[in-house]
Amino acid sequence: MTIDLSAVAEGGLGWLSGGGEHADVVLSTRVRLARNLDGIAFTSRAREGERLRVLQMLRDAMPHLPSLQGGLLLRLEDLDQNDRRLLHERHLVSRELAALDGGASKGGSAVFVGQGHGIMVNEEDHLRLQTVRGGLATRAAVDALLAVDREIGARLPYAYHEEFGFLTACPTNTGTGLRASVLIHLPGLVLTKEIGKVLSGLQAMGLTYRGLYGEGSEVIGNFFQISNQTTLGRSEDELVDHLHRVVSHVIKREHDARRVMWREAGYIIEDKLWRAYGTLRFARSLTFEEAMNYLSGVRLAVGLQLITGLSVATLNRLLIFSQPAHLGYAEGRVLGEEEANVARARYVREALGAETDQAKH
Amino acid sequence: MLCDACREADASVHLTKVVEGEVTLVHLCAGCAAERGIETTAHTTPKNVLGEFLHAAQQQVASEKGAGDETACTFCRLTLREFRAVGRLGCGNCYATFEPSLRQLLRRVHGNAQHVGRKYLPPATEILAKATTVGELRDRLRRAIVSEEFELAASLRDQLRDVE
Repeated sequence: MTIDLSAVAEGGLGWLSGGGEHADVVLSTRVRLARNLDGIAFTSRAREGERLRVLQMLRDAMPHLPSLQGGLLLRLEDLDQNDRRLLHERHLVSRELAALDGGASKGGSAVFVGQGHGIMVNEEDHLRLQTVRGGLATRAAVDALLAVDREIGARLPYAYHEEFGFLTACPTNTGTGLRASVLIHLPGLVLTKEIGKVLSGLQAMGLTYRGLYGEGSEVIGNFFQISNQTTLGRSEDELVDHLHRVVSHVIKREHDARRVMWREAGYIIEDKLWRAYGTLRFARSLTFEEAMNYLSGVRLAVGLQLITGLSVATLNRLLIFSQPAHLGYAEGRVLGEEEANVARARYVREALGAETDQAKH
Repeated sequence: MLCDACREADASVHLTKVVEGEVTLVHLCAGCAAERGIETTAHTTPKNVLGEFLHAAQQQVASEKGAGDETACTFCRLTLREFRAVGRLGCGNCYATFEPSLRQLLRRVHGNAQHVGRKYLPPATEILAKATTVGELRDRLRRAIVSEEFELAASLRDQLRDVE
Protein backbone atom coordinates (compact mmCIF):
# COMPACT_ATOMS: atom_id res chain seq x y z
CA MET A 1 0.00 0.00 0.00
CA THR A 2 1.97 2.96 -1.26
CA ILE A 3 -0.73 5.30 -2.39
CA ASP A 4 -1.82 8.28 -0.34
CA LEU A 5 -5.01 9.68 -1.78
CA SER A 6 -5.48 11.91 1.24
CA ALA A 7 -2.94 14.16 -0.49
CA VAL A 8 -5.83 15.28 -2.70
CA ALA A 9 -8.51 17.19 -0.82
CA GLU A 10 -11.39 14.98 -1.83
CA GLY A 11 -9.55 12.01 -3.36
CA GLY A 12 -12.04 11.81 -6.21
CA LEU A 13 -14.91 11.46 -3.77
CA GLY A 14 -16.42 14.93 -3.73
CA TRP A 15 -19.65 13.57 -5.18
CA LEU A 16 -20.29 11.34 -2.15
CA SER A 17 -21.60 14.20 -0.02
CA GLY A 18 -25.13 13.44 -1.15
CA GLY A 19 -25.83 16.93 -2.45
CA GLY A 20 -27.18 17.94 -5.83
CA GLU A 21 -30.54 17.66 -7.51
CA HIS A 22 -32.52 14.43 -6.99
CA ALA A 23 -29.75 12.99 -4.78
CA ASP A 24 -32.16 10.36 -3.37
CA VAL A 25 -32.43 8.71 -6.80
CA VAL A 26 -29.41 10.00 -8.73
CA LEU A 27 -26.07 9.20 -7.11
CA SER A 28 -23.82 11.04 -9.50
CA THR A 29 -23.35 12.66 -12.88
CA ARG A 30 -20.12 11.84 -14.70
CA VAL A 31 -18.79 13.53 -17.82
CA ARG A 32 -15.74 12.48 -19.77
CA LEU A 33 -13.99 13.95 -22.80
CA ALA A 34 -11.77 11.80 -25.02
CA ARG A 35 -8.77 13.69 -26.43
CA ASN A 36 -5.66 12.71 -28.37
CA LEU A 37 -2.48 14.65 -29.00
CA ASP A 38 -1.71 15.59 -32.58
CA GLY A 39 1.20 13.86 -34.27
CA ILE A 40 1.39 10.89 -31.87
CA ALA A 41 -0.10 7.46 -32.65
CA PHE A 42 -3.15 6.58 -30.53
CA THR A 43 -2.34 4.52 -27.43
CA SER A 44 -3.02 1.05 -28.81
CA ARG A 45 -0.68 1.71 -31.74
CA ALA A 46 1.88 3.85 -29.90
CA ARG A 47 5.32 2.61 -28.99
CA GLU A 48 6.38 2.86 -25.36
CA GLY A 49 8.42 5.97 -26.19
CA GLU A 50 5.35 7.69 -27.63
CA ARG A 51 3.23 6.81 -24.60
CA LEU A 52 5.93 8.24 -22.34
CA ARG A 53 6.01 11.37 -24.50
CA VAL A 54 2.27 11.87 -23.97
CA LEU A 55 2.78 11.64 -20.22
CA GLN A 56 5.80 13.97 -20.34
CA MET A 57 3.91 16.55 -22.41
CA LEU A 58 1.10 16.62 -19.85
CA ARG A 59 3.60 16.80 -16.99
CA ASP A 60 5.39 19.74 -18.65
CA ALA A 61 2.13 21.54 -19.28
CA MET A 62 0.80 21.04 -15.74
CA PRO A 63 2.60 23.95 -14.01
CA HIS A 64 0.99 26.31 -16.54
CA LEU A 65 -2.55 25.02 -16.08
CA PRO A 66 -4.42 26.57 -13.13
CA SER A 67 -7.10 23.86 -13.17
CA LEU A 68 -4.48 21.15 -12.58
CA GLN A 69 -2.95 22.71 -9.49
CA GLY A 70 -3.19 20.88 -6.18
CA GLY A 71 -3.65 17.50 -7.82
CA LEU A 72 -1.69 14.29 -7.90
CA LEU A 73 -0.24 12.57 -10.97
CA LEU A 74 0.21 8.85 -10.37
CA ARG A 75 2.09 6.50 -12.70
CA LEU A 76 0.23 3.21 -12.62
CA GLU A 77 3.32 1.10 -13.25
CA ASP A 78 4.70 2.37 -9.93
CA LEU A 79 1.64 1.08 -8.06
CA ASP A 80 0.89 -2.45 -6.96
CA GLN A 81 -2.31 -4.16 -8.01
CA ASN A 82 -4.17 -3.28 -4.80
CA ASP A 83 -3.50 0.41 -5.24
CA ARG A 84 -4.60 0.22 -8.86
CA ARG A 85 -7.74 -1.61 -7.73
CA LEU A 86 -8.40 1.14 -5.19
CA LEU A 87 -8.27 3.75 -7.95
CA HIS A 88 -10.60 1.64 -10.05
CA GLU A 89 -13.08 1.23 -7.18
CA ARG A 90 -13.11 5.02 -6.92
CA HIS A 91 -13.96 5.16 -10.65
CA LEU A 92 -10.74 7.15 -11.24
CA VAL A 93 -9.25 4.64 -13.68
CA SER A 94 -10.76 2.07 -15.99
CA ARG A 95 -10.25 -1.64 -15.50
CA GLU A 96 -8.09 -1.72 -18.63
CA LEU A 97 -5.81 1.15 -17.61
CA ALA A 98 -5.36 -0.39 -14.16
CA ALA A 99 -4.52 -3.73 -15.85
CA LEU A 100 -6.75 -5.55 -13.36
CA ASP A 101 -7.19 -8.54 -15.62
CA GLY A 102 -3.57 -9.50 -15.16
CA GLY A 103 -0.22 -8.26 -16.36
CA ALA A 104 1.39 -4.96 -15.49
CA SER A 105 0.22 -1.51 -16.47
CA LYS A 106 1.84 -0.37 -19.72
CA GLY A 107 4.55 2.29 -19.65
CA GLY A 108 3.13 5.80 -19.59
CA SER A 109 -0.19 4.72 -18.04
CA ALA A 110 -1.07 7.32 -15.44
CA VAL A 111 -3.91 9.08 -13.73
CA PHE A 112 -4.20 12.67 -12.60
CA VAL A 113 -6.44 13.09 -9.56
CA GLY A 114 -7.40 16.73 -9.22
CA GLN A 115 -9.83 18.97 -7.38
CA GLY A 116 -13.13 17.79 -8.79
CA HIS A 117 -11.77 16.29 -11.97
CA GLY A 118 -9.30 13.70 -13.18
CA ILE A 119 -7.41 12.63 -16.28
CA MET A 120 -6.62 9.10 -17.41
CA VAL A 121 -3.40 9.14 -19.42
CA ASN A 122 -2.78 6.61 -22.18
CA GLU A 123 -6.11 4.87 -21.86
CA GLU A 124 -7.69 4.03 -25.22
CA ASP A 125 -7.21 7.73 -25.99
CA HIS A 126 -4.17 9.74 -24.86
CA LEU A 127 -6.21 11.81 -22.43
CA ARG A 128 -9.56 11.00 -20.92
CA LEU A 129 -10.70 14.02 -18.90
CA GLN A 130 -13.44 13.30 -16.41
CA THR A 131 -15.45 14.87 -13.65
CA VAL A 132 -18.09 13.59 -11.26
CA ARG A 133 -20.76 15.60 -9.47
CA GLY A 134 -23.29 14.52 -6.86
CA GLY A 135 -26.92 14.22 -7.98
CA LEU A 136 -28.21 15.24 -11.40
CA ALA A 137 -25.83 17.98 -12.52
CA THR A 138 -25.19 17.57 -16.24
CA ARG A 139 -24.66 21.24 -17.15
CA ALA A 140 -22.44 22.01 -14.17
CA ALA A 141 -20.32 18.93 -14.89
CA VAL A 142 -19.88 19.59 -18.59
CA ASP A 143 -19.19 23.32 -18.14
CA ALA A 144 -16.52 22.61 -15.53
CA LEU A 145 -14.84 19.94 -17.63
CA LEU A 146 -14.90 22.02 -20.82
CA ALA A 147 -13.07 24.77 -18.92
CA VAL A 148 -10.32 22.28 -18.00
CA ASP A 149 -10.32 21.02 -21.58
CA ARG A 150 -9.86 24.56 -22.98
CA GLU A 151 -6.86 25.12 -20.72
CA ILE A 152 -5.18 21.87 -21.71
CA GLY A 153 -6.01 22.31 -25.39
CA ALA A 154 -4.45 25.79 -25.38
CA ARG A 155 -1.18 24.24 -24.21
CA LEU A 156 -1.13 20.84 -25.90
CA PRO A 157 -2.14 20.29 -29.53
CA TYR A 158 -5.19 18.05 -29.85
CA ALA A 159 -5.91 15.80 -32.83
CA TYR A 160 -8.81 17.65 -34.49
CA HIS A 161 -10.51 17.57 -37.88
CA GLU A 162 -12.66 20.41 -39.21
CA GLU A 163 -15.43 18.05 -40.31
CA PHE A 164 -15.18 15.18 -37.79
CA GLY A 165 -14.22 17.19 -34.69
CA PHE A 166 -12.01 15.69 -31.98
CA LEU A 167 -10.40 12.49 -33.26
CA THR A 168 -10.55 9.39 -31.10
CA ALA A 169 -9.31 5.82 -31.36
CA CYS A 170 -12.84 4.42 -31.53
CA PRO A 171 -15.15 6.02 -34.11
CA THR A 172 -18.02 5.78 -31.60
CA ASN A 173 -16.38 8.64 -29.62
CA THR A 174 -15.41 10.93 -32.51
CA GLY A 175 -16.74 14.48 -32.61
CA THR A 176 -17.25 15.92 -29.16
CA GLY A 177 -15.55 12.92 -27.49
CA LEU A 178 -18.14 13.50 -24.79
CA ARG A 179 -19.81 10.81 -22.75
CA ALA A 180 -22.11 12.00 -19.97
CA SER A 181 -23.55 9.37 -17.68
CA VAL A 182 -25.90 9.48 -14.75
CA LEU A 183 -25.69 6.82 -12.03
CA ILE A 184 -29.26 6.23 -10.99
CA HIS A 185 -31.02 3.94 -8.51
CA LEU A 186 -34.23 2.46 -9.91
CA PRO A 187 -35.60 -0.16 -7.46
CA GLY A 188 -39.20 0.99 -7.95
CA LEU A 189 -39.08 0.41 -11.70
CA VAL A 190 -37.35 -2.97 -11.22
CA LEU A 191 -39.82 -4.18 -8.56
CA THR A 192 -42.88 -3.06 -10.54
CA LYS A 193 -41.39 -4.69 -13.67
CA GLU A 194 -41.54 -1.39 -15.57
CA ILE A 195 -37.78 -1.30 -16.03
CA GLY A 196 -37.75 -3.21 -19.34
CA LYS A 197 -39.99 -0.63 -20.99
CA VAL A 198 -37.95 2.25 -19.61
CA LEU A 199 -34.64 0.76 -20.75
CA SER A 200 -35.85 0.01 -24.27
CA GLY A 201 -37.28 3.54 -24.34
CA LEU A 202 -33.79 4.87 -23.61
CA GLN A 203 -32.45 3.18 -26.71
CA ALA A 204 -35.15 4.79 -28.83
CA MET A 205 -34.07 8.16 -27.39
CA GLY A 206 -30.44 7.65 -28.46
CA LEU A 207 -29.26 6.79 -24.95
CA THR A 208 -27.80 3.62 -23.53
CA TYR A 209 -27.36 2.05 -20.11
CA ARG A 210 -24.69 0.09 -18.31
CA GLY A 211 -23.98 -1.37 -14.88
CA LEU A 212 -22.20 0.25 -11.96
CA TYR A 213 -18.69 -0.08 -13.44
CA GLY A 214 -19.35 1.00 -17.01
CA GLU A 215 -19.20 -0.90 -20.24
CA GLY A 216 -19.78 -4.65 -19.94
CA SER A 217 -20.42 -4.52 -16.20
CA GLU A 218 -23.53 -6.08 -14.76
CA VAL A 219 -26.45 -4.32 -13.20
CA ILE A 220 -26.15 -4.78 -9.46
CA GLY A 221 -28.23 -3.35 -6.63
CA ASN A 222 -30.66 -1.74 -9.13
CA PHE A 223 -28.00 0.85 -10.03
CA PHE A 224 -27.92 1.87 -13.69
CA GLN A 225 -25.67 4.24 -15.60
CA ILE A 226 -27.57 6.07 -18.31
CA SER A 227 -25.49 7.83 -20.95
CA ASN A 228 -25.50 9.33 -24.44
CA GLN A 229 -24.77 6.88 -27.22
CA THR A 230 -23.66 9.24 -29.97
CA THR A 231 -21.00 11.94 -29.80
CA LEU A 232 -21.07 13.53 -33.26
CA GLY A 233 -23.57 15.83 -34.95
CA ARG A 234 -24.79 17.50 -31.77
CA SER A 235 -23.12 20.08 -29.58
CA GLU A 236 -21.92 19.31 -26.06
CA ASP A 237 -24.83 21.29 -24.60
CA GLU A 238 -27.38 19.52 -26.79
CA LEU A 239 -26.01 16.13 -25.76
CA VAL A 240 -26.15 16.79 -22.02
CA ASP A 241 -29.46 18.67 -22.14
CA HIS A 242 -31.05 15.73 -23.94
CA LEU A 243 -29.67 13.34 -21.31
CA HIS A 244 -30.94 15.64 -18.56
CA ARG A 245 -34.44 15.74 -20.03
CA VAL A 246 -34.69 11.97 -20.45
CA VAL A 247 -33.25 11.24 -17.00
CA SER A 248 -35.69 13.72 -15.43
CA HIS A 249 -38.47 11.72 -17.03
CA VAL A 250 -37.01 8.44 -15.74
CA ILE A 251 -36.84 9.92 -12.22
CA LYS A 252 -40.53 10.82 -12.47
CA ARG A 253 -41.34 7.26 -13.60
CA GLU A 254 -39.32 5.90 -10.65
CA HIS A 255 -41.26 8.06 -8.19
CA ASP A 256 -44.55 6.96 -9.79
CA ALA A 257 -43.48 3.30 -9.51
CA ARG A 258 -42.60 3.76 -5.84
CA ARG A 259 -46.02 5.26 -5.16
CA VAL A 260 -47.80 2.38 -6.93
CA MET A 261 -45.69 -0.19 -5.11
CA TRP A 262 -46.37 1.41 -1.75
CA ARG A 263 -50.11 1.62 -2.42
CA GLU A 264 -50.45 -1.94 -3.76
CA ALA A 265 -48.09 -3.84 -1.47
CA GLY A 266 -47.03 -1.49 1.31
CA TYR A 267 -46.57 -4.04 4.07
CA ILE A 268 -44.66 -6.51 1.84
CA ILE A 269 -42.28 -3.76 0.77
CA GLU A 270 -41.94 -2.48 4.33
CA ASP A 271 -41.08 -5.99 5.55
CA LYS A 272 -38.51 -6.58 2.77
CA LEU A 273 -36.79 -3.26 3.34
CA TRP A 274 -36.55 -3.67 7.11
CA ARG A 275 -35.17 -7.18 6.56
CA ALA A 276 -32.52 -5.66 4.28
CA TYR A 277 -31.71 -3.12 6.97
CA GLY A 278 -31.66 -5.80 9.67
CA THR A 279 -29.23 -7.93 7.68
CA LEU A 280 -26.86 -5.03 7.09
CA ARG A 281 -27.13 -3.90 10.70
CA PHE A 282 -26.35 -7.30 12.23
CA ALA A 283 -24.74 -9.67 9.69
CA ARG A 284 -21.23 -10.90 10.48
CA SER A 285 -20.21 -11.67 6.88
CA LEU A 286 -21.40 -10.01 3.67
CA THR A 287 -20.36 -10.55 0.06
CA PHE A 288 -20.10 -7.39 -2.02
CA GLU A 289 -23.11 -8.35 -4.08
CA GLU A 290 -25.22 -9.03 -0.97
CA ALA A 291 -24.17 -5.71 0.50
CA MET A 292 -25.09 -3.87 -2.72
CA ASN A 293 -28.50 -5.50 -2.92
CA TYR A 294 -29.38 -4.82 0.73
CA LEU A 295 -28.03 -1.28 0.44
CA SER A 296 -30.35 -0.83 -2.51
CA GLY A 297 -33.22 -1.79 -0.19
CA VAL A 298 -32.08 0.56 2.57
CA ARG A 299 -31.66 3.42 0.08
CA LEU A 300 -35.23 2.80 -1.06
CA ALA A 301 -36.41 2.75 2.56
CA VAL A 302 -34.74 6.15 3.12
CA GLY A 303 -36.38 7.46 -0.08
CA LEU A 304 -39.78 6.25 1.15
CA GLN A 305 -39.04 7.85 4.53
CA LEU A 306 -39.46 4.50 6.25
CA ILE A 307 -36.04 4.96 7.77
CA THR A 308 -35.19 8.47 8.83
CA GLY A 309 -31.97 9.83 10.26
CA LEU A 310 -29.82 7.89 7.82
CA SER A 311 -28.13 10.21 5.33
CA VAL A 312 -27.69 9.70 1.60
CA ALA A 313 -24.02 10.61 2.13
CA THR A 314 -23.56 7.60 4.44
CA LEU A 315 -25.22 5.31 1.90
CA ASN A 316 -22.97 6.70 -0.85
CA ARG A 317 -19.87 6.15 1.28
CA LEU A 318 -20.92 2.57 1.96
CA LEU A 319 -21.05 1.87 -1.77
CA ILE A 320 -17.43 2.91 -2.23
CA PHE A 321 -15.84 1.89 1.05
CA SER A 322 -17.32 -1.61 1.20
CA GLN A 323 -15.40 -2.63 -1.92
CA PRO A 324 -12.50 -5.09 -1.44
CA ALA A 325 -9.52 -2.79 -2.04
CA HIS A 326 -11.04 -0.06 0.15
CA LEU A 327 -11.61 -2.52 3.00
CA GLY A 328 -8.01 -3.69 2.63
CA TYR A 329 -6.80 -0.09 2.54
CA ALA A 330 -8.61 0.62 5.83
CA GLU A 331 -7.12 -2.50 7.44
CA GLY A 332 -3.65 -1.73 6.08
CA ARG A 333 -3.26 -5.10 4.35
CA VAL A 334 -4.60 -7.17 1.49
CA LEU A 335 -7.65 -9.19 2.54
CA GLY A 336 -8.68 -12.62 1.30
CA GLU A 337 -12.28 -13.04 0.16
CA GLU A 338 -13.57 -14.41 3.50
CA GLU A 339 -11.69 -11.77 5.49
CA ALA A 340 -13.10 -9.09 3.20
CA ASN A 341 -16.65 -10.37 3.77
CA VAL A 342 -16.14 -10.18 7.54
CA ALA A 343 -14.50 -6.73 7.32
CA ARG A 344 -17.33 -5.54 5.06
CA ALA A 345 -20.02 -6.69 7.49
CA ARG A 346 -18.22 -4.95 10.35
CA TYR A 347 -17.76 -1.73 8.37
CA VAL A 348 -21.42 -1.63 7.27
CA ARG A 349 -22.63 -2.50 10.78
CA GLU A 350 -20.62 0.28 12.37
CA ALA A 351 -21.49 2.89 9.74
CA LEU A 352 -25.22 2.17 10.05
CA GLY A 353 -25.00 1.85 13.84
CA ALA A 354 -23.43 5.29 14.16
CA GLU A 355 -26.47 6.90 12.56
CA THR A 356 -29.14 4.44 13.66
CA ASP A 357 -29.12 5.61 17.25
CA GLN A 358 -30.77 8.77 16.01
CA ALA A 359 -32.90 6.91 13.46
CA LYS A 360 -36.59 6.52 14.05
CA HIS A 361 -37.74 2.90 13.68
CA MET B 1 -18.34 -15.16 -16.67
CA LEU B 2 -20.13 -18.08 -18.32
CA CYS B 3 -23.65 -18.01 -19.73
CA ASP B 4 -26.21 -19.26 -17.15
CA ALA B 5 -28.10 -21.18 -19.85
CA CYS B 6 -25.52 -23.02 -21.98
CA ARG B 7 -22.54 -22.79 -19.58
CA GLU B 8 -20.28 -22.65 -22.64
CA ALA B 9 -20.04 -19.16 -24.07
CA ASP B 10 -19.09 -16.00 -22.20
CA ALA B 11 -22.09 -14.07 -20.90
CA SER B 12 -22.48 -10.70 -22.56
CA VAL B 13 -26.08 -9.92 -21.62
CA HIS B 14 -26.76 -9.17 -17.96
CA LEU B 15 -30.37 -9.02 -16.90
CA THR B 16 -32.09 -8.03 -13.72
CA LYS B 17 -35.00 -10.43 -13.48
CA VAL B 18 -37.92 -10.00 -11.12
CA VAL B 19 -39.91 -13.10 -10.13
CA GLU B 20 -42.53 -12.69 -7.42
CA GLY B 21 -40.74 -9.68 -6.07
CA GLU B 22 -37.34 -11.47 -5.93
CA VAL B 23 -34.67 -9.70 -7.94
CA THR B 24 -32.17 -12.06 -9.52
CA LEU B 25 -29.37 -11.49 -11.97
CA VAL B 26 -29.26 -13.56 -15.12
CA HIS B 27 -26.17 -13.72 -17.31
CA LEU B 28 -26.59 -14.94 -20.87
CA CYS B 29 -24.42 -15.21 -23.95
CA ALA B 30 -25.65 -13.34 -27.04
CA GLY B 31 -26.91 -16.59 -28.61
CA CYS B 32 -28.99 -17.73 -25.63
CA ALA B 33 -30.31 -14.19 -25.16
CA ALA B 34 -31.44 -14.11 -28.80
CA GLU B 35 -33.11 -17.55 -28.42
CA ARG B 36 -35.17 -16.16 -25.57
CA GLY B 37 -36.16 -13.19 -27.65
CA ILE B 38 -34.24 -10.80 -25.42
CA GLU B 39 -33.24 -7.66 -27.17
CA THR B 40 -29.61 -7.04 -26.36
CA THR B 41 -28.78 -3.78 -24.65
CA ALA B 42 -28.40 -0.53 -26.46
CA HIS B 43 -24.68 -0.26 -25.89
CA THR B 44 -24.06 -3.15 -28.27
CA THR B 45 -25.58 -1.16 -31.12
CA PRO B 46 -22.48 0.82 -32.05
CA LYS B 47 -20.53 -2.43 -32.22
CA ASN B 48 -23.22 -3.94 -34.45
CA VAL B 49 -23.15 -0.91 -36.67
CA LEU B 50 -19.39 -1.18 -36.72
CA GLY B 51 -19.67 -4.87 -37.61
CA GLU B 52 -22.15 -4.17 -40.40
CA PHE B 53 -19.95 -1.45 -41.77
CA LEU B 54 -16.89 -3.63 -41.63
CA HIS B 55 -18.74 -6.42 -43.36
CA ALA B 56 -19.95 -4.04 -46.07
CA ALA B 57 -16.44 -2.64 -46.43
CA GLN B 58 -15.11 -6.17 -46.78
CA GLN B 59 -17.57 -6.92 -49.58
CA GLN B 60 -16.82 -3.67 -51.30
CA VAL B 61 -13.12 -4.32 -51.05
CA ALA B 62 -13.58 -7.90 -52.30
CA SER B 63 -15.46 -6.60 -55.32
CA GLU B 64 -12.55 -4.29 -56.04
CA LYS B 65 -10.30 -7.37 -56.04
CA GLY B 66 -8.57 -6.42 -52.85
CA ALA B 67 -7.73 -2.87 -53.89
CA GLY B 68 -7.88 -0.51 -50.90
CA ASP B 69 -7.76 -3.32 -48.37
CA GLU B 70 -4.04 -2.90 -47.88
CA THR B 71 -4.01 0.89 -48.15
CA ALA B 72 -1.94 1.95 -45.16
CA CYS B 73 -2.09 5.16 -43.15
CA THR B 74 0.98 7.21 -44.09
CA PHE B 75 1.67 7.98 -40.42
CA CYS B 76 0.97 4.85 -38.37
CA ARG B 77 0.82 2.27 -41.20
CA LEU B 78 -2.55 0.90 -40.05
CA THR B 79 -4.40 -0.77 -42.93
CA LEU B 80 -8.14 -0.96 -43.50
CA ARG B 81 -7.86 -4.71 -42.93
CA GLU B 82 -6.32 -4.13 -39.48
CA PHE B 83 -8.93 -1.52 -38.62
CA ARG B 84 -11.62 -4.06 -39.51
CA ALA B 85 -10.01 -6.57 -37.16
CA VAL B 86 -9.63 -4.31 -34.12
CA GLY B 87 -12.25 -1.58 -34.66
CA ARG B 88 -9.79 1.07 -33.47
CA LEU B 89 -7.97 3.68 -35.54
CA GLY B 90 -4.22 4.07 -35.14
CA CYS B 91 -3.77 7.85 -35.21
CA GLY B 92 -5.35 11.14 -36.23
CA ASN B 93 -4.01 10.77 -39.74
CA CYS B 94 -6.05 7.56 -40.23
CA TYR B 95 -9.12 9.80 -40.47
CA ALA B 96 -7.63 11.47 -43.55
CA THR B 97 -6.38 8.19 -45.04
CA PHE B 98 -9.72 6.41 -44.73
CA GLU B 99 -11.87 9.54 -44.98
CA PRO B 100 -14.59 8.35 -47.41
CA SER B 101 -15.10 5.02 -45.61
CA LEU B 102 -15.02 6.70 -42.22
CA ARG B 103 -17.51 9.37 -43.21
CA GLN B 104 -19.90 6.58 -44.14
CA LEU B 105 -19.22 4.75 -40.86
CA LEU B 106 -19.61 7.89 -38.73
CA ARG B 107 -22.95 8.62 -40.41
CA ARG B 108 -24.18 5.15 -39.57
CA VAL B 109 -22.96 5.27 -35.97
CA HIS B 110 -23.96 8.83 -35.12
CA GLY B 111 -26.52 9.66 -37.80
CA ASN B 112 -24.25 12.53 -38.84
CA ALA B 113 -20.60 13.07 -39.74
CA GLN B 114 -20.42 16.84 -39.26
CA HIS B 115 -19.04 18.01 -35.91
CA VAL B 116 -21.13 20.85 -34.52
CA GLY B 117 -19.65 20.93 -31.02
CA ARG B 118 -16.86 23.05 -29.66
CA LYS B 119 -14.47 24.32 -32.34
CA TYR B 120 -10.80 23.93 -31.64
CA LEU B 121 -7.78 26.03 -32.48
CA PRO B 122 -4.38 24.48 -31.77
CA PRO B 123 -2.01 26.35 -29.45
CA ALA B 124 0.13 29.12 -30.90
CA THR B 125 3.36 27.77 -32.39
CA GLU B 126 5.59 29.65 -29.90
CA ILE B 127 3.89 27.84 -26.99
CA LEU B 128 4.48 24.52 -28.73
CA ALA B 129 8.09 25.37 -29.54
CA LYS B 130 8.65 26.45 -25.93
CA ALA B 131 7.04 23.27 -24.62
CA THR B 132 9.37 21.19 -26.77
CA THR B 133 12.40 23.22 -25.64
CA VAL B 134 11.45 22.89 -21.96
CA GLY B 135 10.99 19.14 -22.37
CA GLU B 136 14.37 18.77 -24.06
CA LEU B 137 16.19 20.95 -21.53
CA ARG B 138 14.67 18.94 -18.67
CA ASP B 139 15.79 15.68 -20.30
CA ARG B 140 19.32 17.01 -20.77
CA LEU B 141 19.39 18.35 -17.21
CA ARG B 142 18.32 14.96 -15.86
CA ARG B 143 21.02 13.21 -17.86
CA ALA B 144 23.67 15.75 -16.77
CA ILE B 145 22.78 15.18 -13.09
CA VAL B 146 22.87 11.40 -13.48
CA SER B 147 26.29 11.56 -15.15
CA GLU B 148 27.45 14.06 -12.49
CA GLU B 149 28.30 16.80 -15.04
CA PHE B 150 27.47 19.52 -12.57
CA GLU B 151 28.75 22.50 -14.56
CA LEU B 152 26.62 21.49 -17.53
CA ALA B 153 23.69 20.87 -15.17
CA ALA B 154 23.99 24.37 -13.70
CA SER B 155 24.08 25.93 -17.17
CA LEU B 156 21.07 23.89 -18.29
CA ARG B 157 19.18 24.85 -15.12
CA ASP B 158 19.80 28.55 -15.91
CA GLN B 159 18.64 28.09 -19.49
CA LEU B 160 15.53 26.33 -18.27
CA ARG B 161 14.79 29.14 -15.85
CA ASP B 162 15.15 31.69 -18.67
CA VAL B 163 12.81 29.80 -20.97
CA GLU B 164 10.22 29.18 -18.28
